[in-house]
Amino acid sequence: MRKYIVKRILISILILFFVAFIIYALMRCLPTSYIESMARQKSMQPGSKSFDEWMVQLKEMYNMDGGIIPGYFAWLGQVFRGDFGDSWFYTVPVLEKFSDTVWISFIMSAISLFFEVIIAIPLGIIAAKKQYSKTDYTISVIALAGISLPTFFFASLMKLVFSIKLGWFDLMGLVGRNYEQLSAWGKFLDKAHHLVLPIVTLTVISIGGLMRYTRTNMLEVLNADYIRTARAKGLSERKVVYHHAFRNTLIPLVTIIGGSLPGLFSGAMITETLYSIPGIGYTSYQAMVGGDIPFSMFYLTFLAVLTLLGNLISDILYAVVDPRVRIS
Amino acid sequence: MSKENKKKDQSVSTENVSLNDDRRVKVLSPGALVAKRFFRNRTSVVGLAVLIFMFLFSFVGGLISPYDEDQLFYRDEYLNKTYAGVVENDEFRYATADGQSFDSVIQAQMILALQKGNDFFTYRNVNYTVTTEGEDFISVSLEDGTMIGIAYKDIISSSNEGMSLPFAMQYDVLKAYTNGETSFTHDGEAYTIDEGGVVYCGDTEVAYISRYQVNAIMPDVFLSRDFKEELTEAIKNGEEEFSFTDAGGVESEYLVTYQAASDTWEVLQSTQSRVFDTYSPPSKEHWLGTDRNGMDMLTRLMYGGRVSLIIGFIVEIIANVLGVIMGGISGYFGKWVDMVIMRIVDIFYCIPSTPIIIILGAAMDAMRVDPQIRMIYLMLILGFLSWPGVARMIRGLILSLREQEFMTATEACGIKTSRRIFRHLVPNVMPQLIVSATMGLGSTIIMEATLSFLGLGVKFPFASWGNIINDVNNISVLTNYWFIWIPAGVCLLLTVLAFNLVGDGLRDAFDPKMKR
Repeated sequence: MRKYIVKRILISILILFFVAFIIYALMRCLPTSYIESMARQKSMQPGSKSFDEWMVQLKEMYNMDGGIIPGYFAWLGQVFRGDFGDSWFYTVPVLEKFSDTVWISFIMSAISLFFEVIIAIPLGIIAAKKQYSKTDYTISVIALAGISLPTFFFASLMKLVFSIKLGWFDLMGLVGRNYEQLSAWGKFLDKAHHLVLPIVTLTVISIGGLMRYTRTNMLEVLNADYIRTARAKGLSERKVVYHHAFRNTLIPLVTIIGGSLPGLFSGAMITETLYSIPGIGYTSYQAMVGGDIPFSMFYLTFLAVLTLLGNLISDILYAVVDPRVRIS
Repeated sequence: MSKENKKKDQSVSTENVSLNDDRRVKVLSPGALVAKRFFRNRTSVVGLAVLIFMFLFSFVGGLISPYDEDQLFYRDEYLNKTYAGVVENDEFRYATADGQSFDSVIQAQMILALQKGNDFFTYRNVNYTVTTEGEDFISVSLEDGTMIGIAYKDIISSSNEGMSLPFAMQYDVLKAYTNGETSFTHDGEAYTIDEGGVVYCGDTEVAYISRYQVNAIMPDVFLSRDFKEELTEAIKNGEEEFSFTDAGGVESEYLVTYQAASDTWEVLQSTQSRVFDTYSPPSKEHWLGTDRNGMDMLTRLMYGGRVSLIIGFIVEIIANVLGVIMGGISGYFGKWVDMVIMRIVDIFYCIPSTPIIIILGAAMDAMRVDPQIRMIYLMLILGFLSWPGVARMIRGLILSLREQEFMTATEACGIKTSRRIFRHLVPNVMPQLIVSATMGLGSTIIMEATLSFLGLGVKFPFASWGNIINDVNNISVLTNYWFIWIPAGVCLLLTVLAFNLVGDGLRDAFDPKMKR
């Protein structure tokens, strides 16, 4: 087991090395409009150096003067020292901006994952239990609709209904207009109030996938021999479904949910952007659109790490939860 | 229930056939079996119907629609524009004689003298004489009798556009007019003044005099004397509306409003102006209204569907072709080939695709890529980023298929490797491939729509369901114009849902384990 984990981690690091290289090469191939516009701005100032001179200096400053491969290794060297550079767009160190914004994203995703789990799993089980019934069809179609719903359309509908027509929530932002005047408790409530719509959106969008997954796995388990045995023993349907079948459904569920845990830090880019929640998703969206290479590099690498971590966790969990799985 | 019915039907039709007759056994090809299982599933049939409708709507609808994708519509609006202003003059105006100075201090001194009833004043040791020449018409002269200027309230305007009258002429006209004379001579020529204040030289009209000053608001408009006269007449009579027929015979309506604060009359001309018919509500001509550019919404929706569906298909084709080739090679050859390809797949799997596409979209914005070329890039990028999933699935399937007897048989027959892969292995993965591609189409369409919504995908003038909804970023559209964005969203939702339903149905139909 330990050997397996070590091997997986080593492979992951190798993959990460190449992923980061591809991302770096891609970023370097883009027109470095940010540096250019900065050089233009600086050269306009009275008594300043010429545009070309600024260009050379800025490129040197941002490690953009060498080729792609030396540049990549220079970047890697900095990263090993824990330095991701300064964000061009936000003009603060990348890691500082990251730690400022990541928690709100994490809270949002964690709450929505919680709701997702407590809503999707029971519904998936009910649908599987009554396969091909009206309930099953309804739940399946709702789950599919949730998957098919474009985030931006659903968010716009929510805004129209709850913000404009009913006026229950603000259209966007994390804090209200009079946030500064509120007490600590009031501030907390204000933020919570502003997070309601984004969390509902996130939950509704992601609920369908888990619901379908639960249903499929539950169906598989319900067709298994040991369930037939349990029924043959004369156990009550309740006991068969919630005791024997459900425990076995938990195996894939635990692995998939465990695997999605790192993803909680990745931020919901579209949802955050639509509601202007200053989480990591919205922050990096602005940075990416603004051509901020250090921040984008960091964010993309971070996402790659999260994906690898998620895969690793779910593989390990699979082996841990299911004793039948033997790792060679 | 239905099964029993079918059995009954079969038994009835086979009653008269002998036991070993072939007709007793109903033979269905595998394809027909799949179709039968598919059509038994009601939700997937609904999905298929929605898809067919959407395809007709997008591809045929665009042809039937009387409008073009980017045809602009206009509407006429009547605007009341301020055309002229009228002031009744009750302050002195001044004119300076040629070569003299009649500055504002002397003007003020003159007014003072008038108010005191004096007919002279002294300023800086110079004596001036004030002469009342007529009603509200005063001249100021030096002691030696040279006139330096005049003050008057009746305004003289030249009848010729752009010409102004010389001082001596002005003096003579005013002198005659304010004293109620109907004729005078100037420079040896005889002039006449009629009761309307028009000055003629012989038969030609040279100037006219009025207490009312009519000014055009626009500098390039010359107000004819007739217009001014009629307008003055209307104001004197207290009329609020008046119409005027100009020399060309065009009649225009004017509104006259009195502005008490500034003691002026404002003349409004109602003019027709042509504007883009933006955000017009649904009507007979435009069933879903018009968008922010004044284009027909329903037609845009049809063309948008076309773009969304075509992009979805091309992306899926690119992803699946790449995925099948890579996955097929990897699964069939195994060993180091498999190792290398799978690591490449792992790498691609880890590249966060949404942020990459957003960055590339923003870069294309910066480079001002042509919208049409941009669309092609978008398809290539999306396709290239989504093949690893397909490759992984195909590899897994081929790994298990490779070990089966029919593959041993192909090997024993000495069939070429490429033929073995693409003729014998790939057709066996087709069912799963079709299912995953159908489901993938839905998510590709959502991806494209999301990008277009963010303004980084399909660009104007091309329509796509995503960039139609983009307008919702404008809060007033979100609030007031549901017909702009809700239909596009519903189309998007229905199409993606239909693809998923059909994919689901196909999976159930292809899977022989699924028995009802």
